Amino acid sequence: MSAAAGSRGSAVAQWASRGFGSTGWSPVVAPPRNRETSQSRGRAIELIVIGCSLGGMHALQVILSSLKQGFCVPIAVAQHRHKKSNEGLPAYFRRETDLKVVDAEDKQWIQPGHVYLAPADYHLLIERNGPRGELSLSVDERVHFSRPSIDVLFESAADAYSDRLAGIVLTGSNDDGAQGAARIKARGGIVIAQDPATAEAPTMPSAAIKAAHVDRILRLEEIAPFLIEVCQTTVSHS
Amino acid sequence: MATSPLPIDDEQDKLDLEAVEVHLLTEGIYQHYGFDFRDYSLPSLRRRLWKRIYAEGLVTISGLQEKVLHDPSCMERLLLDLSINTTAMFRDPSFYLSFRRKIVPLLRTYPFVRIWHAGCSTGEEVYSMAILLQEEGLLERSRIYATDINEAVLQRAKDGIFPLNTMQENTANYIAAGGTGTFSKYYTARYDYALFRPSLRENVVFAQHNLVTDASFNHFNVIFCRNVLIYFNNRLQERVQELFLNSLEMFGILGLGKKETIRYTGVSNNYEELDAEERLYRRIR
Repeated sequence: MSAAAGSRGSAVAQWASRGFGSTGWSPVVAPPRNRETSQSRGRAIELIVIGCSLGGMHALQVILSSLKQGFCVPIAVAQHRHKKSNEGLPAYFRRETDLKVVDAEDKQWIQPGHVYLAPADYHLLIERNGPRGELSLSVDERVHFSRPSIDVLFESAADAYSDRLAGIVLTGSNDDGAQGAARIKARGGIVIAQDPATAEAPTMPSAAIKAAHVDRILRLEEIAPFLIEVCQTTVSHS
Repeated sequence: MATSPLPIDDEQDKLDLEAVEVHLLTEGIYQHYGFDFRDYSLPSLRRRLWKRIYAEGLVTISGLQEKVLHDPSCMERLLLDLSINTTAMFRDPSFYLSFRRKIVPLLRTYPFVRIWHAGCSTGEEVYSMAILLQEEGLLERSRIYATDINEAVLQRAKDGIFPLNTMQENTANYIAAGGTGTFSKYYTARYDYALFRPSLRENVVFAQHNLVTDASFNHFNVIFCRNVLIYFNNRLQERVQELFLNSLEMFGILGLGKKETIRYTGVSNNYEELDAEERLYRRIR
């Protein structure tokens, strides 16, 4: 154990020798970023987060089935699901898409070409460990009566990926995800809302549109093509 | 480009600054109070800190740092926020069903069974295990060591009093977990609460133990630690897994939460999977 009950001086010395980097994040040493590029969306999208509730199975199916094997940007999904819902969900989506769909495990690294589903009865959070994205789970209390909660996923992802994140709010019957969408915008990421008129339950995308300046309001079948486009263009810019 | 010696105030700088503040707060709490949250998983820790910041009417993590360091009662409140893990009786019934079917037959061959329930929180799962062992005729020759970092939480576990409105769900879980009796005979309903039979905790020792800073205190046949490690970062998970390995008898059983795994840790070769899905492992070296 480091920096235990020793004198203040020795703790400080130890501190200096360890450097701030020892905790896994390096708050001070990062070079100042070029403000212009970060404002003009030059950064590549490195993670996509999706939130959905009522009607989400179908909506997800439509999006995932349009993303082909070469689509590398990883996706994390918070779908409100019953806490006793079994492990069949990833297998269900796997039939529909070339991407690798799995239930998220704690401290799993985020890898290209994967779709991570928030497990039933857990919140899914995103962490950054140096250059690596990492999944983290919690059993903290429900948010908007939901565990997993979309806000929890979106807010943590926004903090970890800032302007390299795209968030998508799909069909659903409460306002989970609205606060998270606002956080993604505040951190410089992009947000897409499903056109409420095309949503099985319009409340959720409507709430997101109200809470955040979303970048696009798209019909369900337009979302995958937009993702393919935005992920390609940002990659070629970087 | 004009180069300012100070970071410019934008979102990324705010995030970087927040990371510094979390670092200073956890370091301060460790040096002053001895509780070590420095290696807690950052996104969950941050959510819990902000919840406390709002509840205290504060606006920054630094503000919380000042209050926590100068006002021990604020530290107590924060400690509750950081250490209560919500749980339910027979949470993940399939885990208990698997334990009953695959582990209980092994335990029957032991003259005496020592179980460590690490991070037992308010105790729901301790009573669940006591009920299971009683129904399997093993409770009398078992001893359960139920530990948690937080005294206040442990007291609730010792009391064995849980909200009556959770009993419907608990009963459903009990049945799904393979319960062989009638769940309601294990408690007495009084007003809005269910008081669990004191006989269930006759062989339970409740004690404060800090997984982060305390050492091994015995050797066990079974260690449960469910949905606690998810709050720790990789490094701390690694250390606690070492602690469990050193506290487990050869061929002892390790039971984790449904989405926790030893796969990414250095001890994975020391175990075999007894039930991969339910995260039940046996130490083999």
